[in-house]
Amino acid sequence: MLHTFVALVQDKPGVLARVASLFRRLNLNIVSLTVGESERAYISRMTIVCEAPEHAAHRIKASLYKLETTVDVDEVNRAEAVVRELCLLKVAAGPSMPHGAQSRSQIFELANVFRARVVDLAPESIMLEMTGSASKIEGLVQVLTESGYQILETSRTGRMAMRRGHHTSRVVKALGFNAGAGAAQRMRGPDFEEKPSSDEILPNEFDDVHEEEREL
Amino acid sequence: MSDTTNTHPQLTGAEILWATLAGEGTTTVFGYPGGAILPIYDALRKFPTIHHVLVRHEQGASHMADGYARASGRVGVCMATSGPGATNLVTGIATAMLDSIPMVAITGQVSSKVLGSDAFQEVDITGITLPVTKHNFLVTRAEDIAATVRLAFQIATSGRPGPVLIDITKDAQQASAAFDFEAAAPPKARPHPMLGTALTAHSPAIREAVAMISASARPVILAGHGIMQSGAEAEVLAFAERLGIPIASTLLGLGAIPAGHPLSLGMMGMHGESWVNHAIQEADLLLAFGMRFDDRVTGNLAHYAPHAKKIHIEIDPSEISKNVRVDVALVGDLKAVLQTLLPWTGADAQARRPWLDDIETSKGTVAVRDIQNLPDNGHLYAAHVINDIWREAVAAGREKETVIVTDVGQHQMWEAQYFKHEAPRSLVTSGGLGTMGFALPAAIGAKFACPGKDVWVIAGDGGFQMTAAELSTIVQEGLAINIAVINNGFLGMVRQWQEAFYDKNYSASPILSPDFVMLAQAHGIAGAHVSQREYVTETVTKARTSGAAFLINFQVEKEDGVYPMIAPGAALHEMVRRPHQDPLLETAEDA
Ligand SMILES: Cc1ncc(C[n+]2csc(CCOP(=O)(O)OP(=O)(O)O)c2C)c(N)n1
Repeated sequence: MLHTFVALVQDKPGVLARVASLFRRLNLNIVSLTVGESERAYISRMTIVCEAPEHAAHRIKASLYKLETTVDVDEVNRAEAVVRELCLLKVAAGPSMPHGAQSRSQIFELANVFRARVVDLAPESIMLEMTGSASKIEGLVQVLTESGYQILETSRTGRMAMRRGHHTSRVVKALGFNAGAGAAQRMRGPDFEEKPSSDEILPNEFDDVHEEEREL
Repeated sequence: MSDTTNTHPQLTGAEILWATLAGEGTTTVFGYPGGAILPIYDALRKFPTIHHVLVRHEQGASHMADGYARASGRVGVCMATSGPGATNLVTGIATAMLDSIPMVAITGQVSSKVLGSDAFQEVDITGITLPVTKHNFLVTRAEDIAATVRLAFQIATSGRPGPVLIDITKDAQQASAAFDFEAAAPPKARPHPMLGTALTAHSPAIREAVAMISASARPVILAGHGIMQSGAEAEVLAFAERLGIPIASTLLGLGAIPAGHPLSLGMMGMHGESWVNHAIQEADLLLAFGMRFDDRVTGNLAHYAPHAKKIHIEIDPSEISKNVRVDVALVGDLKAVLQTLLPWTGADAQARRPWLDDIETSKGTVAVRDIQNLPDNGHLYAAHVINDIWREAVAAGREKETVIVTDVGQHQMWEAQYFKHEAPRSLVTSGGLGTMGFALPAAIGAKFACPGKDVWVIAGDGGFQMTAAELSTIVQEGLAINIAVINNGFLGMVRQWQEAFYDKNYSASPILSPDFVMLAQAHGIAGAHVSQREYVTETVTKARTSGAAFLINFQVEKEDGVYPMIAPGAALHEMVRRPHQDPLLETAEDA
């Protein structure tokens, strides 16, 4: 099954190699890995999606913590997290396309349905930007292909995840737990396992955000 | 740093390195110089409290640091130059990693200005050692050296210990910075976050464990290396005695509990004694203390201890339920966990009497075919040699003052079976990685750690030749190390597997050796050949009391096997005993 880990790591040279090397050592395939800045200075945030047996999560998390550069690890259950991916698509769209002069307006329409944005127009192509769950992105790609459009280039960021509700790492710390106790608390304490109440959830424009995981 | 410059000396990076090592308590460093580490070697003379041991191959340096750490419990330190020097360290670092040995390895690196340019003797040693170190560092500035070294010592020793490598560029060694040992102290070690808060008597896991222990009629303690790492020898014994629980040991757990203790069963696993493995298979509760259910001790996992509930006390959360699913995990330092657990367990040693009697009875029946019972039939068996080395030490009252350092192979298993270890850290052996060539250099490290003890190398003719060059180091350092080469003319363990599983196709396992005694003599080391049992003890005494290094070449049976043995894939109780038609047994009474 797919596991999603959010890891806060020290922003130091070689940290990515350490994390990647760990997964290679555990013989686990990384499905996607994104790295970027976090809300804390000198701390990067990684979202790592990997394919592993269900019971492996504990060991992966414990092993990630064994890296000296790891600050915090959270395995996010998809029901509790917002998972997003950014995708750029370059679609061939010129007078020579099957739909000819109409092609552009049809691509605009399709993009609209999927809430993708047009970010670049060239004589022979259109670039679309889309944020969403992996399944939404794949939906757009499929519709475009089935409608006879050729996708010239695809660039996807891989998934990023964030737990819903207030319990970010910073809040946990603000509540007065140190890192160790906080993590332990999250493992056991019901407060942190509970689904957030509905007023904590931000309006979500993608209701089917988790459908891809159900399929798998 | 600027405000401290006035009050603290300006030192070169090289000097800072030595000063920090000295501050951390290092007195012995095993190493080999080269271009990229010359500034460090140049500064050595200013630090007279540190003794540098020049090795003959950098693999020797890392094994020596490892042997030093295993024998003493202190951090072992080795160093090498960049490129080939650094890569030569790798086997020893990996050996230390697999057995959780605290070690700090220092490597010189090309100047930071040319890093990444494939400069002469440049190699990405932090990349290479990433999967075989607990952590590693590349240091490019003199002002970072002290803090990095201090942090490395902390990482090497805290939690589950392990090796740490520090790669220091030549320009960092040459540049100057203010040195302030105190200010370079690392922040308090971060405990593994999944350790949670300390276990108390009220923790549900402790209560569950207590209930399981009191409900069990046939418990067995699985004693691992972690007992010594944690310093929990006394707690384990108190626990076992209070509850009357027998103790089975892993290879690296030998010595944690005196072998002669009535509750000590001996070694478990692939070449464990059969009553030990039977006890595990029949147990209703396993208490795993600082061990990790390695495949060499569990046999086929599907059939491992089928009736037993399992309680695992372990400092590394990533070991929990890795190989064997456990019912209760007490994650933490073994000593502290046992101290919490002990008061809550009722003293009911008598309740397990029937269980202990059962085990005792099975000892009686299965031990009969033991090679120990063979009369002296003119053949020399490795098991006899090792047992006689032990008896000789006992007779001299030195058994607790003896450190045996083994290599890897049959002799290693015979050592574990026939040398009865009474003291912690009295056996130094490469378990996890099983590194041939380990014994001789590791023994040098052990001798530096324990100069007052009798240090024995027990090595096969194959493994001994892998690092035999260190004989010269022994002489240069004037070390009184005793060396027993168990010479069977084969890569014995390989030959045994070929006999058992490859139709006796002895492919590449016969090995030619030099005359080891002459080899020793060429180094200025005295030696003797022994090929009959009657001369074993007197030669061992001669070696032990000679006051200098001494090598004995024991010419033993060529095609002897280690038994019992569990074939790969077989369950722990499916042990293969010494075969009845074994020609070696021809003269035995029961053949
Ligand atoms: C560096 C290394 N290479 C290969 C092996 C595989 N191996 C394990 S035991 C063994 C044979 C050891 O032979 P020897 O040193 O003569 O000891 P014996 O088994 O005869 O006691 C070999 C080749 C190993 N453990 N380590």
